[in-house]
Amino acid sequence: MVMELFPLTLTRAETSRRGKRLVGPVDLHLDGQGLCVVMGPNGAGKTTLLRLMHGTARLTGGSVKWACDTDEARHHQAFVFQRPVVLRRTVEENLTYPLRLRGVARKAAKSAAHKWAERVGLQPHLTRRAMVLSGGEQQKLAIARALITEPALVFLDEPTASLDGRAMREIEAILLQAKADGTRLILSTHDMGQARRIADDVVFILGGMVHETGPAKSFFDAPQTPEARAFLKGDIVE
Amino acid sequence: MLNALMGLPPVVVGLIVYIFLSRSGPFGALGLLFTPTAMIIAQVIIIVPLIASIAHQSLRELWAEYHDLLISMNVTQMQKMRTLLWDARRALLTAALAGFGRGIGEVGAIMIVGGNIDNATRVLTTAIALETGKGEFALALALGFILIALALGVNLLIHWIGQTERDSRW
Ligand SMILES: Nc1ncnc2c1ncn2[C@@H]1O[C@H](COP(=O)(O)OP(=O)(O)O)[C@@H](O)[C@H]1O
Ligand SMILES: [Mg+2]
Repeated sequence: MVMELFPLTLTRAETSRRGKRLVGPVDLHLDGQGLCVVMGPNGAGKTTLLRLMHGTARLTGGSVKWACDTDEARHHQAFVFQRPVVLRRTVEENLTYPLRLRGVARKAAKSAAHKWAERVGLQPHLTRRAMVLSGGEQQKLAIARALITEPALVFLDEPTASLDGRAMREIEAILLQAKADGTRLILSTHDMGQARRIADDVVFILGGMVHETGPAKSFFDAPQTPEARAFLKGDIVE
Repeated sequence: MLNALMGLPPVVVGLIVYIFLSRSGPFGALGLLFTPTAMIIAQVIIIVPLIASIAHQSLRELWAEYHDLLISMNVTQMQKMRTLLWDARRALLTAALAGFGRGIGEVGAIMIVGGNIDNATRVLTTAIALETGKGEFALALALGFILIALALGVNLLIHWIGQTERDSRW
């Protein structure tokens, strides 16, 4: 049974660093199924907002509440970073790592690793060192390593920002498959095309403030705020 | 602190250890001066800061790499340590070898606290110094070659570990 984390409610949530507010105050209520895209230009606060939800950015005001206890919720989440973090180990050992930490037996972890390597197309590389993989392969590895514990929710912070078109499409396909399997995804991007392709819901962020939230279709067809209209027209680039 | 200790000339370390262990020094009563124990104490003081600083540096770099992931996975302190030590094992071995390499080449401090007593506290380096002083160049040279071979062996090993490390960026 998958842990029910949603709805997620942020109430005047904010994070500051040395007196400077990076994000917030944010009021947000997420209970949609599927894939939620946090969209905004560079420096808008996407990474910080995702970390705030995940619990790895310090909450300096307001609250972040899940349907269950925060620690419990955290246990059922994974986070994929913009620059993939790979362990200095083989592909297989990268994949078994989170399972072994959770006490899964070596053999079971290994067979899960093989299954996931196959799903993301890395099975020819299982015994290779993760460091020698290409950027796209490393990111696929990071995504498979996030999914291998069968989390209820995965955060992905601009997972394809530094990849070429092909790797981007492959990763989008992997994510859509994960979504079809029932995993919730919250993905940030500054790429409008990507958001149009994969988003079910959109959270539009600019200058550390959430300006608009809603189903992707209504956001793209009829943006409500002048900021969102300007961004969609391409007037806000950075 | 580590860097300050690392910068100390070994001879000075020897002198300080000598002062501490000498009959009128604070640890004089132990009677350790001119014993192998005294030499070990001096070597430890010379080598440990070197090993510790290389090890510390490589663990810090690895932590910078892994930080976000491990924090996100909510690992325990114990799991974090095990992961870092295991994945930095090559760098740690290199550090230990670097320490060994420095240790076997040491003369001054060893001579001061050990006294270079035959069959007791005479080691390769101090023997070389002695034989050279006596004019026995042939013997000194022969011993010198052994030392070179040892040092070279250690350096080759370090180089080899570093090589595999760079090849694969483990
Ligand atoms: N650790 C930090 N210290 C100070 N400022 C930061 C830090 N992290 C992010 N910021 C600032 O917070 C703002 C939002 O950053 P970020 O969340 O990384 O934006 P995005 O991911 O949308 O590009 C930026 O102005 C950035 O400079
Ligand atoms: Mg970012």
